[in-house]
Amino acid sequence: MADQEEQNMIDIYVMGRRYRVPEGLTIMTALEYAGYKYVRGCGCRGGFCGACSTVYRKEDDYKLKMDLACQTAVEDGMFLVQLPFVPALREAYEIEDVDPGEKDNVLLDLYPEIARCVSCNTCSKACPQDIEVMDYVQAALRGDVERTAKLSFDCLHCGLCSIRCPADIKHYHLAQLARRLKGRYLDLDSSELEKRIKELEEGIYTEEYEEMLKMTIDELKKCYEERKFEEEG
Amino acid sequence: MEDGYPDHMRKSIEKVEKTRSERVGKTFERMGAEESEEVLNRFHPDYREEGKKELVVGPSKGEKAPVELAQLLHSPSLIDPDEVDLSQIDHDVDILIIGGGGAGTVAALWAVKEGISPENILLATKLRHGDSNSMMAQGGIQAADKEIDSPIQHYLDAIGGGHFTNDEALLKALTEDAPKIMKWHEELGVMYDRDKDGDFVELPGGGTSRYRLHSAGDYTGMEIMRVLRDEFRNKDIPVLEFAPAVELLTDGNGEVTGALLMNLETNEYYVVRAKSTIMATGGFGRLHIQSYPTTNHYGATADGLVMGYRAGVPLRDMDSVQYHPTGAAHPDQVVGLLVTEKVRSLGAQPVNVDGEMFVNPLEPRDVEAAAIIRECYGREKGVTTPTGMKGVWLDSPLIDELEGEGTIEDRLPAMVRQYKRFGIDMTKDPILVFPTLHYQNGGLVINPDGSTPVKGLFASGEVSGGIHGKNRLMGNSLLDFNVFGRRAGMAAAKRAQKAGSPAKLSLEHIDKHTEDLEKAGIDTKDTSPRLLPEYRGKKVLERHLDISVTL
Ligand SMILES: Cc1cc2nc3c(=O)[nH]c(=O)nc-3n(C[C@H](O)[C@H](O)[C@H](O)COP(=O)(O)OP(=O)(O)OC[C@H]3O[C@@H](n4cnc5c(N)ncnc54)[C@H](O)[C@@H]3O)c2cc1C
Ligand code: FES
Repeated sequence: MADQEEQNMIDIYVMGRRYRVPEGLTIMTALEYAGYKYVRGCGCRGGFCGACSTVYRKEDDYKLKMDLACQTAVEDGMFLVQLPFVPALREAYEIEDVDPGEKDNVLLDLYPEIARCVSCNTCSKACPQDIEVMDYVQAALRGDVERTAKLSFDCLHCGLCSIRCPADIKHYHLAQLARRLKGRYLDLDSSELEKRIKELEEGIYTEEYEEMLKMTIDELKKCYEERKFEEEG
Repeated sequence: MEDGYPDHMRKSIEKVEKTRSERVGKTFERMGAEESEEVLNRFHPDYREEGKKELVVGPSKGEKAPVELAQLLHSPSLIDPDEVDLSQIDHDVDILIIGGGGAGTVAALWAVKEGISPENILLATKLRHGDSNSMMAQGGIQAADKEIDSPIQHYLDAIGGGHFTNDEALLKALTEDAPKIMKWHEELGVMYDRDKDGDFVELPGGGTSRYRLHSAGDYTGMEIMRVLRDEFRNKDIPVLEFAPAVELLTDGNGEVTGALLMNLETNEYYVVRAKSTIMATGGFGRLHIQSYPTTNHYGATADGLVMGYRAGVPLRDMDSVQYHPTGAAHPDQVVGLLVTEKVRSLGAQPVNVDGEMFVNPLEPRDVEAAAIIRECYGREKGVTTPTGMKGVWLDSPLIDELEGEGTIEDRLPAMVRQYKRFGIDMTKDPILVFPTLHYQNGGLVINPDGSTPVKGLFASGEVSGGIHGKNRLMGNSLLDFNVFGRRAGMAAAKRAQKAGSPAKLSLEHIDKHTEDLEKAGIDTKDTSPRLLPEYRGKKVLERHLDISVTL
């Protein structure tokens, strides 16, 4: 960071209180600059965990916006509050017992409230990952596990969709279920993997491992240097 | 949106664009052993002697560790044993798991499979369950399941990558269990990228001789972690969030018998008695070794190393730290965040300010990182950012040229999104990178079953050492926390099934540590474990001011 004196300072309001911070920080680092030490509301600091959900409004705007504090540049005149916890109910299940091939609509069975979706699209607008949340809820309603799983793949479980939903849908829990159903039941199993596991069970690598483990470092080095790379054929 | 690149960087980008067509399909020759050694010696931060300090107390006395870690190991405990009442047991369990990332969650699931009833397990974690390095992994997980590949080849790649310093029994376990782990993930429903026959789409990684890297877009860690957490929740295993362990408890005779937790919101202590305790606290990126920025999550502060060491577990390979060759160097808001190796696996080349190639894109990590530092500081061919950071270009648009338009968006959605947020389109423009502090290669000594030399204490994941020796290959640590989380969970369960409740809970080992410090003449105001890094005020700006590069 360049010399701070040269930096432009801007005003932000943390739960209403004004702080002056340098331009060019994220909302997260701006709060730290202002003197806050996070306990809640900060996880990965890199846009992967959804711990830092933030609601904000710009000074002259009436709209409430939502984003991730660690992935959003701070702007002059932001009114900020963090939402570090979303108390949405999650349904437990046994993955063995929910084969979508055997049931009408597993997603609807576990989360019947998706039928109350009024297609207002507030969930999609709230999503910091730009996921088409409403579309996947509609897909789930039709029993389309594949589409629900694919559309929701980038979900960080930040919960902003569920907090905003007028129908009390638990979007991110629903989506998690759909993805596991796809991974387990819709995707074909790998036959190569199956084969390798059988080989291991038959112990066909046991001897080679023993030889490797007996090698001196120089012998190992030689083997290593002489490796053939797959891309080189 | 505004252009994320200022004029002087644009000028260099024009040069990169000019050379692009000549570079398509070409690659830079891999370095020979001699040149690798030289570039490591001169440019890798690990090879700076000033960065290390000899430990003067504890079981690894005489060995070297990064100065920042040594400072924590040489500090008195955060707690005053005299002020803690251990007679009131708040949680009495079979298994206590410390750390709610990948390793801890896997351990819990396998302890249940082994017959421990969920209510007799407690997982205590510092932030929320899942807030961890595991959640952040983008690139992928290694497992040798293709016909052209084998567990032996995997072993060979990893031991060479680790400069032949790996613990061989641990590495055998890692590579041999890998296919089993993939099978387990398949059953749990992890959404890996597959071809139309259901086989995994696999890529090469730095230092791997086969295409062996399985991924789930560039959210591989997140996909694995959220599935594991979902399964953990289905099993109804008790979890305490924002309740880090602050010290282990022992029986005064060298055995671990539980831990002391602290509620981060109320500052109350909780006493946990456990027949088996599993340390799964992850790495130490947030210590900012040698002032480097880091890819790690907020809670990666080496707590497990500190607590385990005080309870008597030796450390190994602490003198080697992994700097990921490609951390973001621009824009300022993302400095230090990871640019996954997969960007290079897919074909992006590192090029200098003049658009010239200077290193093979897939050297082992330490060599790749050192070569980038050499380009910036040894040859002055780096690009300087408006805030004074240096970096080299990673020519991402090349991927679409090689693999077809849309590949970048399709295979690297997380990366594309991250840059787009700050006005950079990596499908059209290259991105600027510089090494960033990434992974703790070494750690607590463990056995192949996840036990440590101290009875009652197990460890797995990044907090442990030996598996990767002095340098880990990409994709082997997601694998590591699965393989050894599982093994530790099972071994901890077996011990708990045999052992009676520990008779004694004490902090005598902390008193001993305080004495050792006094004897060694150490006087410091610091305490440890650190629990959370300190970024308040101007500290938040200092993160990438003073990277030390020696020439
Ligand atoms: C950005 C990034 C990208 C990566 N990409 C890859 C990749 O592509 N492939 C690969 O194989 N590896 C990758 N890695 C490495 C890999 O993700 C980690 O090494 C691995 O996930 C570590 O797992 P773990 O369970 O040991 O630690 P973590 O997942 O970090 O979990 C440790 C947990 O313990 C908690 N904790 C810490 N201290 C305490 C305490 N005192 N008490 C209680 N809880 C505590 C932490 O908050 C955290 O939740 C990457 C790492 C990062 C940071
Ligand atoms: S802290 Fe994890 S997404 Fe922001």
